Amino acid sequence: MKKLWIAFAGLALSACVTINIYFPAAAAEKAADKIIEEVWQTQKADKSGQKADKPAEPAEKEQK
Amino acid sequence: MMKNVFGFIVSLFALVFALNASAADLDINTPGVNAIKQSMQARHAQLAPLYASGAVGLTSDGLVTLRDADAVPLAQRQSANALVAAENRDRNALYAEIANANGHPEWEGEIRSTFAQRWIQRAQPGWWVQSGGGWSQK
Repeated sequence: MKKLWIAFAGLALSACVTINIYFPAAAAEKAADKIIEEVWQTQKADKSGQKADKPAEPAEKEQK
Repeated sequence: MMKNVFGFIVSLFALVFALNASAADLDINTPGVNAIKQSMQARHAQLAPLYASGAVGLTSDGLVTLRDADAVPLAQRQSANALVAAENRDRNALYAEIANANGHPEWEGEIRSTFAQRWIQRAQPGWWVQSGGGWSQK
């Protein structure tokens, strides 16, 4: 009986370690999106609307 | 005895949940991350036309590269190279800084590949992105 408990505790402990080293993929994606929005200022431009449409177009198209 | 062991196991599970909760979000609000972010934000105004002309593309490893030097006038080529180098320094530092700030330096590679996917996914139409070794235009 005692051995069973020890085995169970060991399992629980190893679960601890497993979770701690697991890479949080969804959180990383969220963090990446947030930083990309700020660096490229895509989100702000989209939300405010007016600013996004005008300045980007003329200069960039001619370079192609 | 049994109760003690049971209590111990319950507290272990509580610890598991606590650790799980702390890992649910990545902390990106550190002085280091913010400084790199601002530097990249300021540089983006100069890089944006290079993305649009196809001179600079987004690589599959989360960096940028001068993929078509001919798209940049000779006189500006050196400054374009310097921009790319500075941007890549910041990007490498950003991935390492996020990993370190969250106490897992070994996550740097996974953070880099997550960013690589997101940069490419969010690239504007007309920009060049690298996927599976080849280049394609968004």
